[in-house]
Amino acid sequence: MKGLPVLSLLLWMCAVYFVGIYIFVGGFLLVRLEVNRTSTCGDVLEPRDESVDFCRAQPRFRRVVLLIIDALKIDFARFDPNNTAPRPYENKLPVLEKTVSSKPLQSRLYPFRADPPTTTMQRIKGFTTGSLPTFVDVGNNFASSAILEDNLIHQLGQAGKRVVFMGDDTWESLFPKKFYRSLPFPSFNVKDLHTVDDGILRHLYTTMVGDDWDVLVAHFLGVDHCGHRFGPDHPAMAEKLTQMDGVIRSVIDRLQNDTLLVVMGDHGMTDTGDHGGESVKETDAAIFLYSPSPVFPGPPSPNELDVVPQTDLVPTLALLLGIPIPYSSVGQVLLPLFPSHKQPEGAVARLSQLEALWINAKQVNRFLETYSGMAKDIPPESLSRLKDEFAHLSSEYLTAVREGRSPSPQLTSSLQAYLTSVRDTCRSTWARFSPLKMAAGLVILAFACLMCFLLSELSLLLIRENGAGLKAPLVVALTAGVSIAAAQLLTQGYIDMVWCLAAGAFSSEILFFWRVRRLSTPTVLKNGTKGPKSSSWLTPGCLLVPSLLVPLLRCASLLSDSYVIAEGRVVTFLVFSLALYIPVHLNWDGLLLPPSHDPLKSAGLLPSPALSPSAVRKESGTLLACLGLLVGSLYLSLSFHSCREEQGSCQPSPFLSPLSRLQDSQMKNLHYILSVISLSLWTYLLRRCLCHYGNLNSTSGTVFTARWILPLLSVCLGLHWAVSATPEDSFRNLAELIRLAQLALPRAAFCLLGLGLCLIWLDPLTVFVKTRAAASARSSSLPPARYRASTGMSPQAELHHLIPQIYQRMRRSLDDGELSRDSEVDNRPAVEAYGLGTVYSAPVLLFCGLLGIGLLLLHPEGMALSFLLLMLEMGALLHIHASSTTLSSLHGAYSGGFNVPWTPVVLWALAATQFFHATGHLPTFPSIQWSAAFVGFPDGHTGTTLPASLVTLNTFASHILFAVGCPLLLFWPLVREVRGSRGRACGDEEEDAVMEMRLRENPQQFSSALLQLSTRYLFIHGAQVFASVCAAAILRRHLMVWKVFAPKLMFEASGFLVSSVFLLIGVTLVLRVDVAVGRWFKRLIPDTSR
Amino acid sequence: MWDHEIRAMASSHAIIAASMLMATVIPAVALPGFSVYGTHLLWLYLVSGAVTAVSVAVFWLLGITPPTKKHTLGYKLSRFFRSCVYFFLSCLFFHTVVVLYGAPLIVSALETFSLAVLLTSLTTLRCLCVLGPNVQAWIRVFSRHGAMSVWDTCLQITVACTLVGAWVGAFPIPLDWDRPWQVWPVSCSLGALFGYLSGLVAAPAWIHYHRKQLIYKCK
Ligand SMILES: [Zn+2]
Ligand SMILES: [Zn+2]
Repeated sequence: MKGLPVLSLLLWMCAVYFVGIYIFVGGFLLVRLEVNRTSTCGDVLEPRDESVDFCRAQPRFRRVVLLIIDALKIDFARFDPNNTAPRPYENKLPVLEKTVSSKPLQSRLYPFRADPPTTTMQRIKGFTTGSLPTFVDVGNNFASSAILEDNLIHQLGQAGKRVVFMGDDTWESLFPKKFYRSLPFPSFNVKDLHTVDDGILRHLYTTMVGDDWDVLVAHFLGVDHCGHRFGPDHPAMAEKLTQMDGVIRSVIDRLQNDTLLVVMGDHGMTDTGDHGGESVKETDAAIFLYSPSPVFPGPPSPNELDVVPQTDLVPTLALLLGIPIPYSSVGQVLLPLFPSHKQPEGAVARLSQLEALWINAKQVNRFLETYSGMAKDIPPESLSRLKDEFAHLSSEYLTAVREGRSPSPQLTSSLQAYLTSVRDTCRSTWARFSPLKMAAGLVILAFACLMCFLLSELSLLLIRENGAGLKAPLVVALTAGVSIAAAQLLTQGYIDMVWCLAAGAFSSEILFFWRVRRLSTPTVLKNGTKGPKSSSWLTPGCLLVPSLLVPLLRCASLLSDSYVIAEGRVVTFLVFSLALYIPVHLNWDGLLLPPSHDPLKSAGLLPSPALSPSAVRKESGTLLACLGLLVGSLYLSLSFHSCREEQGSCQPSPFLSPLSRLQDSQMKNLHYILSVISLSLWTYLLRRCLCHYGNLNSTSGTVFTARWILPLLSVCLGLHWAVSATPEDSFRNLAELIRLAQLALPRAAFCLLGLGLCLIWLDPLTVFVKTRAAASARSSSLPPARYRASTGMSPQAELHHLIPQIYQRMRRSLDDGELSRDSEVDNRPAVEAYGLGTVYSAPVLLFCGLLGIGLLLLHPEGMALSFLLLMLEMGALLHIHASSTTLSSLHGAYSGGFNVPWTPVVLWALAATQFFHATGHLPTFPSIQWSAAFVGFPDGHTGTTLPASLVTLNTFASHILFAVGCPLLLFWPLVREVRGSRGRACGDEEEDAVMEMRLRENPQQFSSALLQLSTRYLFIHGAQVFASVCAAAILRRHLMVWKVFAPKLMFEASGFLVSSVFLLIGVTLVLRVDVAVGRWFKRLIPDTSR
Repeated sequence: MWDHEIRAMASSHAIIAASMLMATVIPAVALPGFSVYGTHLLWLYLVSGAVTAVSVAVFWLLGITPPTKKHTLGYKLSRFFRSCVYFFLSCLFFHTVVVLYGAPLIVSALETFSLAVLLTSLTTLRCLCVLGPNVQAWIRVFSRHGAMSVWDTCLQITVACTLVGAWVGAFPIPLDWDRPWQVWPVSCSLGALFGYLSGLVAAPAWIHYHRKQLIYKCK
């Protein structure tokens, strides 16, 4: 068998997928490192009196009222008196314009430009940290959404200011326990326009009148929800905005002289009321500043700034309130709020514009230095340019201050320019979707899916070509990548790896398509019968068969947030539907029932079938029984689901919580017993299966693993559960021992698992050979002679042809002790080989089973039941596939080759997703089971690789098991083949069950079937990745994009990654077994033939 | 070729469809507060009842049912009794399948069972009428060469349409649109009903257009 072409084609396929995913994700998910340092009052930021702690100075404002009106677009805030027929959202906030025009020294209204992603949570992060939050802010803590970066609320708390919060409960999760007082209201229901706003209004005015606050934050949600529900152009919006107008009026009436009022929107909205993207309509919110005492130097001048970036709020508020600017802010102070010259105005020390800018610039420079030391994503040349600029400005300012003269007025504008360029640099690195990269990723992924499909359809052709279709694309890919890199080096001076990879992947795909075209046309010319077969896959009717319709529906379902939220049930529904389709389809083809019941066929109208009715009935019975098992495990698996926060009335499965957390001791015992029973059933079934096919007789490493390591591993696991479930206080005198056991048992299990997997890998054969000298001497002398006589071949080729002869004379035994057909003297076998028929499937099965126990170790104990269901479903699927293959072949519909049809592969792939949910996982970040990282390492880790891989193994356990077990789909019909059925079909007089040895008879077909199976499996997962990529790209403005689609994309992509890696491991294991079998035969033949 | 049968089929289907329409319209006029969504179960049982009664009557009048071997009253009675048992078993079967598909087990068992009754009266009843209480024959009919008359082909089409309709009807349930027809089991029963109606239309039409190709082995 040709292993190399199969592996290399698969590797190449996966690489192309990875490149596509990488490029898309690079353009869609922007990653930024969180700097977890905080500014302190002791930071020496002012050049002059270095001893002065500037927190202690009297700030400009003692108090601030921050009214956040979610999605307050600038269009809503403007007032046009000439507009006689305003739309529902126009001219509804007259208070802003009236105040600005009547009190120009006290108020301003600016457009307030948000940075994408314009979603509420990212915006709150943005205008409290002053940074540019992206979707993935890599910080210390992935599980909770609390902000760990330095931020305004933290600094206010440090300075002893009392922050009172009311409104959107997102704040409560972002700043847990940071508020002096907080009144959160549920924000989740978008259809509810009033709960949050009414809740705020009940408390706002009473709080304002009281004196126990310094900073008051009120976040109104009504406008945003109204936008989502009705769109801006709706009477409800007019009503909501008018209500807000009244709120602002009342707040202004209650303000005191030392208080600043900030009314702002966190983002805008599109014409449909959505937000999240980067169009001007979404980014341009409004900000309104007001103070009862004059703040601004004069009425707004025309050359004053016209748009305020959202990051600028943080340094401005910080300096106005007299607290340090948060560490990672990249904003710039709003100059109009500061006097242009130093005014020694009694006790109220007011920073001048230049001083404020200087403090700001120094803080930004400090952040930039820290960040560039941690991450390398800011281009180095712009970084060095910024550094030089700051050094220059700083020396100029410092010399001016030291000499006591006032610095030149140009310094103000150059400091401003410096701050602006820092922000622009950061924004271009962090806060911009890259549509070009997204499009490139999409195209590459789409072509990869098409390529995968073509590869699966043309696997035989490609294998026959000996993988020649591969070399040229690889060379072209390398050339394209290198030439792009060279071009970049010449024109830009640095290399952007993304585009090199994209060019390589794309060119190799194009070349593949071209070669496939050339490859498939000559075969049509050469062989007329082959022609229609290889081109029939393109007709649309062929693509609409249920086995492909189901994955299509599955992919379509990824485009809707409701379906993604209900994904677990949706996938179960689809699997169930496709499983029911199998017997219905078989019945439609008349294969399910023995045809003897048909009066027509018995009348001789149709050719008499090559089978007995009882065999058919038995196979149908098996099929239906396994279908029942499958359906049962599907149904039961539904009870292991966890709950998303979007699913309101959902109760998470009781099996998901670890035993140690259960209070009721009776429940605890019951759960423990159930788990142990499932674990032992898992082990028993695995061993029983291996034993049944005679794989446990020899002394190889695999058999050792199955005999000893497997049970030992289960015992370890059972003990580990028992130990970890014991309450801390019940065995006080044994506490030391328990702690030791908690450490040792899982580690021992890990070691056993590693040992077992290694043994399987090193010595995968499970064949036990029994040679009988007399018999072998007699019968082995026969075949070589015959061969030599008939064909005068070279010894090498003869050896090749000998192998079929030999193993057709071999027997397998069903049980350990039984020597099959010992009595048949006439056809006495030369060599008896136990377990030869399942030589391929046994190691894969054992590998899979062992890995399953290992993965179960990382799960809560209750999941053992779910894992048992997983195994039962796997078995049921394999048997259904085998039975339906047998039924088709019994009726003479057997087409030759070992091709696995789409239906079982689709079921297999969907079952992976189904058990992802049924093992308590969800495609959301908070649902990741972090406790898996501490199994065997209760005291934590030093590095990050080990815990990350443990959590990955835990999260994608079902993907791993189904991917590794995928080759079983190829073997099972052969394992379960009905004795003699195929032999007769092939026109062979031997009645023996040859089982998997058929694969060695047709190495080419074996390779092509293996390639086809793996590419089909990859195709289904790849299509799902493609669908979720499409969903993220198309719906990037959707309300749910960061809550549903982006996490789904991440999980789908990582699931694909893990699946493909483990699929490759499974395929490599099969190839390894094949090599070992080849060696075994070579070892066998010399002493039988020569 | 099959003109007579096709005409009979079309007219019987028209009668069945009309009876279903009546079962919706008449109570809507006569009963205050009756609506398809609001009092869904009542409507559902009315439609099933109408379809059952009319189908049995029509098929009995047309004489489609395979001739019984014995004409004794006792045999007929036992046949009727077996039909009833099959009807009930089929309700249970559909109920189980729907529950396995993910319907709530306990909370809305009545709704699920009503859906099962509707599905039974749309599919199994027709099998009973055309083939009699003979499960072997039912299974045989749903294979490529299993149809032995135009009525069998018609049965294949209507049953497939009904079941596919009910299956498709489950799709809108997870969507968060909060429409009254997304409530369990409204969308599924509507789907089954629309599937059945389209089957009623499609079956005679399909048979009419393929009458040249239709060859039945014997009857
Ligand atoms: Zn918002
Ligand atoms: Zn919103």
